[in-house]
Amino acid sequence: MTTHDLTALLPFMILTGATVVIMLAIAIRRSHKLTFALALGAVILAFFSLLFGPARAPQGLTPLLVIDGYASFFIMLILLAGFFTLLFSYGYLEIHRENREEFYILLLSAILSSVILVSSVHFASFFLGLEILSVCLYALAAYIRMNEFSIEAGIKYLILAAFSSAFLIFGMALIYADLGSMEFSEIAAKMAAGPGMGSILLAGTVLVIVGLGFKLAVVPFHMWVADVYEGAPAPVSAFIATVSKGAVFAVLLRYFMQVDMSRSNALVIFFVCIAVASMFVGNLLALFQDNLKRLLAYSSIAHIGYLLVAFLASGVLRMTAVAFYLTAYFIMNLGAFGVVTILSGKERDADRLDDYRGLFFLRPWIAGVLTAMLLSLAGIPLTAGFIGKFYVLAAGIDSILWIPVLCLIVTSAMGLFYYLRVLIVLFTPLPGEAEAAGNLLPTGAFALAVLMILLVWLGVYPGPVLVAIGTIATLP
Amino acid sequence: MILIWIVFIPLAGGLLAWVAVKHGTYAGRKNKLTARWISIAALAGDMILVLFLWLSGSHAVTIASGPWIAEISQPWLPSLGISFHLAMDGISMLLVFLTVFLGIAAVIASWTEIEEQVGFFHFNLMATLTGIIGVFVAVDLFLFYFFWELMLVPMYFLIALWGHEKRIYAAVKFFIFTQLSGLLMLASILGIYFIHGRETGIYTFDYFKLMGTTLESGTAFFLLLGFLAAFLVKLPAVPFHTWLPDAHAEAPTAGSVILAGLLLKTGGYGLLRFAVPLFPGASMQVAPIAMGLGVIGILYGAVLAFAQSDIKRLVAYTSVSHMGFVLLGIFVWNEKSLQGVIIQMLCHGISTGALFILAGALQERVHTREMQRLAGLWSVAPRMGGVWLFFALASLGLPGMGNFIGEFLILLGTYEVSLPMAAFAALGLILSTVYAVWMVQRVFFGANREGWRIPDLEAREVAVMTALIVIILWLGLYPQPCLDKAKEGLSSLQRITNVAPKVSSNDALWRQL
Repeated sequence: MTTHDLTALLPFMILTGATVVIMLAIAIRRSHKLTFALALGAVILAFFSLLFGPARAPQGLTPLLVIDGYASFFIMLILLAGFFTLLFSYGYLEIHRENREEFYILLLSAILSSVILVSSVHFASFFLGLEILSVCLYALAAYIRMNEFSIEAGIKYLILAAFSSAFLIFGMALIYADLGSMEFSEIAAKMAAGPGMGSILLAGTVLVIVGLGFKLAVVPFHMWVADVYEGAPAPVSAFIATVSKGAVFAVLLRYFMQVDMSRSNALVIFFVCIAVASMFVGNLLALFQDNLKRLLAYSSIAHIGYLLVAFLASGVLRMTAVAFYLTAYFIMNLGAFGVVTILSGKERDADRLDDYRGLFFLRPWIAGVLTAMLLSLAGIPLTAGFIGKFYVLAAGIDSILWIPVLCLIVTSAMGLFYYLRVLIVLFTPLPGEAEAAGNLLPTGAFALAVLMILLVWLGVYPGPVLVAIGTIATLP
Repeated sequence: MILIWIVFIPLAGGLLAWVAVKHGTYAGRKNKLTARWISIAALAGDMILVLFLWLSGSHAVTIASGPWIAEISQPWLPSLGISFHLAMDGISMLLVFLTVFLGIAAVIASWTEIEEQVGFFHFNLMATLTGIIGVFVAVDLFLFYFFWELMLVPMYFLIALWGHEKRIYAAVKFFIFTQLSGLLMLASILGIYFIHGRETGIYTFDYFKLMGTTLESGTAFFLLLGFLAAFLVKLPAVPFHTWLPDAHAEAPTAGSVILAGLLLKTGGYGLLRFAVPLFPGASMQVAPIAMGLGVIGILYGAVLAFAQSDIKRLVAYTSVSHMGFVLLGIFVWNEKSLQGVIIQMLCHGISTGALFILAGALQERVHTREMQRLAGLWSVAPRMGGVWLFFALASLGLPGMGNFIGEFLILLGTYEVSLPMAAFAALGLILSTVYAVWMVQRVFFGANREGWRIPDLEAREVAVMTALIVIILWLGLYPQPCLDKAKEGLSSLQRITNVAPKVSSNDALWRQL
């Protein structure tokens, strides 16, 4: 291992080191502020080590990991999302009487494991990353121990994630049995050399997709998602919605950019079905939700469905569409859950629609942010979500995927209905004078402001970001 | 550069008005007045700019071998071939003028009606106007779609927050109809973008470059359907009109004025500027069907208008009828009919806008829109009655008023292409007489059974009405300046497309009869 390799590994080492340091720091003295600052510092440091890091050329680190443009892009995205999650978590934990400090250890480990996921090129590292992520998320989801819903969320996530891991590992074993390799590139090469997809190989691939499907919460593997989002603390829901799903999607895309899925018609049809079902079921289930967290959960199912449309496309637009849509998806979900976090009280999270009635008159700025995030989720111009949806549509039409594209159009119109419902509630005047609930700390306010600026900037002038995506996020 | 000013001054004015009233519900009367005056000032400024363009040179720029009044082009997303490209010809200018003019009327009409969240109301109003003006001057298809969507959200808020009883239902219905059809148009835009890109290697959303794309007739037909979806919903054409009566009736006065006067025109403008010129062949294939839908709209809208008891719904259905003429005229696609379309769009905007302002003023006074409860108002509010009668007559197409010119020209153009279409469309004129006269009869004449005592139109309202009346009369008595303005634009559209609708063979038979 050369120094060059070591510098490329810096983000991993910083995050690992910080986790250990925080553990030691807690042993010496419990301080919420200090722990928070350490965790935040680690994430920022990791981000800049990557941004100004020496290695841009693909850097294979052992057969397990690679730091290439693709990995760098998603690592940066994950670190940014982790940064905002940390900011929101601080305010959230301030009002909860729990042991706060361990939260940051778990969160940092979860970020680390997502970073491993997106840079993995081998089934071993892939599975390792996924398992660490899941274990951290069980604990995070159940973090508010006095709240039975939180416990429920943790246990539900535990059982289903463990179950899906079993599918995943069985699928990997089948692929290994057939091809004798666990490295993505070797699998792709052997598959390309072979006569097509044999039944064992196909079964293995489908099982891997099923395993990942659970993590992505695509239909029909979506049962857990609403309960977990609802029960988990709001910042954790934000993390599950963005980082966990984004990282899994990134690894899925990496695998299928090397393995040519068009070799098997069955596989393409399988993906089309999942995409169409996710768009329809997600949007339909969200229609009459009176709980904002559940609503966002169902809408996230639909959004992964939209992403799959881009995923199914081919050509240059595929990568750009996925990368940009994920970026937009991260921003709007972080923003929406951020608002939920900030308005949450000690007893329970602000997840009922009634909690938002007349918010515009009590807290115009926060209501404004939520409005922008919801409009972006609905894909209205001036927001990042619009450009994202535009790219997904462009990618789909470029590859002549008429059925998924038409489903996307129809379901987006359905989606409007429930986003508008929330908007109406925000702007409905309250009958009497009411108190503004929640706990807005400077950290949360800062995070919301930055997210809002990013949302509008990406919606109005996405050029520079698109250029960056074009140069960074390409696979060799 | 002046185009950027014209598009964004209303938005800036709206923002300023919003900031001026800090916390809507609790703000004092003075703040609210400030918001109203800021909006008026911004629109007046815009009006001056438009008039300046009107009076100054009309052949300032040449794009795609046609004369245009003003143009601006800036790269926006160069990697995709998207540019911030605005251009204005005579057609755009007339419609932008209408937009600004009705915008002022809408602000004045809501002077006393809107008392809550005044700042936010004016922001939404002005943002909608920005979107509409943008639609009228955008010549980049991506930008066009951008503005097209942009006007929806504030319009949605206008209906949902300041509307009447069933406002939320109406607002959501409006939004979903227009958004879904808009997305279909976006799919078509992307379709033509990729086809043009593969053909020429130049990936661009620029209107002038996309215009010459050669398409297989099947592809062109499907792409045209996407555009038609958006424009026919907006216009609206029967059977896509069901959002309209709800949205118009439930919206606050200013919202109804903008919906009827301007939003519907974006549909007609889209057909005129984009749908037919981009797909001339396919358009003329569907022309008989589209003309048929237009005629059905004319008759069906008029019959339904007659059946309404809610006065705003009545006016709303008359829009369906009048916009049927626009649809008919566009697909007839000859010089007379297109000139008629322009006049019809302007006059319908003004006369229907005026009727909605009057209906709003009436509702503000009597708190009902039910015509069963209204009668004999002429004796208590003669000024209102007189003005109402004037616009009812304009709406039914009385000679001397602009609407007559529009409908007459469209019928004349249609006659040259298809006699039966012209004959059935002309029946609409009779039906419109029935509902218009009947409406005035029921509201203003007869015995004042419920003993209404209402204040007559006040100076503010009279001023707005006078301006609207003057324009209708001007368009009715001396429409030539407007026709001249639009002429170059229309003839270049015709030159580019160089098509005429295919008439069925038994038409000759009709003509002999």
